[in-house]
Amino acid sequence: MEFQTGFFYLFSAVLLFAAFRTVTARSPVHAVLYLMLAFSQAAAIWLLLKAEFLGITLVLVYLGAVMVLFLFVVMMLDINVEQMREGFWKNFPLAAIMGAGIGFELISVLWVGFPDMVVAPEVAQTAMHLADHNNTREIGKLMYSQYIGAVEIAAVILLVGMFAAIALTLRARKDSKAIDPSIQVKVRAADRLQVVSLPVTRPAQQPESQA
Amino acid sequence: MSLTLGHFLSLGAILFALSVVGIYLNRKNLIVLLMAIELMLLAVNMNFVAFAHYLGDLNGQIFVFFILTVAAAESAIGLAILVLLFRNKSSINVDELNSLKG
Repeated sequence: MEFQTGFFYLFSAVLLFAAFRTVTARSPVHAVLYLMLAFSQAAAIWLLLKAEFLGITLVLVYLGAVMVLFLFVVMMLDINVEQMREGFWKNFPLAAIMGAGIGFELISVLWVGFPDMVVAPEVAQTAMHLADHNNTREIGKLMYSQYIGAVEIAAVILLVGMFAAIALTLRARKDSKAIDPSIQVKVRAADRLQVVSLPVTRPAQQPESQA
Repeated sequence: MSLTLGHFLSLGAILFALSVVGIYLNRKNLIVLLMAIELMLLAVNMNFVAFAHYLGDLNGQIFVFFILTVAAAESAIGLAILVLLFRNKSSINVDELNSLKG
């Protein structure tokens, strides 16, 4: 058995266990932590597949940024766990059947389709299988030549995502005493000063009986 | 025995099925739903990387990079909506998201 095979089974076992615990964990914080474990194992498997750039990116960007964002949000919210778990065991049989069905179908199709496909001898002389292949450099070359349009669209998507996230969650402070100049400029005299027409008051007449 | 493409595709398939199970189980919990979607994207990316390796084609890895980009934007907006929702409803129960009468 090659050592890659052993590592594959190790990483796969931990990955699947972490994924299972992610979806079944009682506390959402535990779920996020297991999700981080799952992503780290996936990065290791991608390293086995000679996708070094993506493996490192997954650890740096996904574990370092996205999962920590998840963790922040989960810790910030006060989630009623018991209410969230309602219907968990009621849905379990259906979920197990659906999951087993989907898994069985996918594996049967994929395993029959690619039963013993290994790297072909002519493929082993190209691209990432060369000894002096620099994965990051080759991906960079492809991205900034053939895929430059797609890179720009991805940049716009990230920009829109940033704007959307800020616009959704930004709110003005309630205790702020700052004055909006545009409201000041637009004010009219009638808004500030109201002329009330009152009848003229006269001095009270002296009662006759006192005189 | 050496690793074949089928091993990696099967791993991706099991991972995908697990995340479908997660979506069924945590139908009320929006944040775990988002996590299950992340796991699904990971399963799909696993297939892309495996095919890229066994076919010796780097374009598959480029595609994974773009999927990661979109997934990052998606989770950022999803979490922003989640925070907004929690601020207004004090709960992230999916059943309470009925203001649109959907």
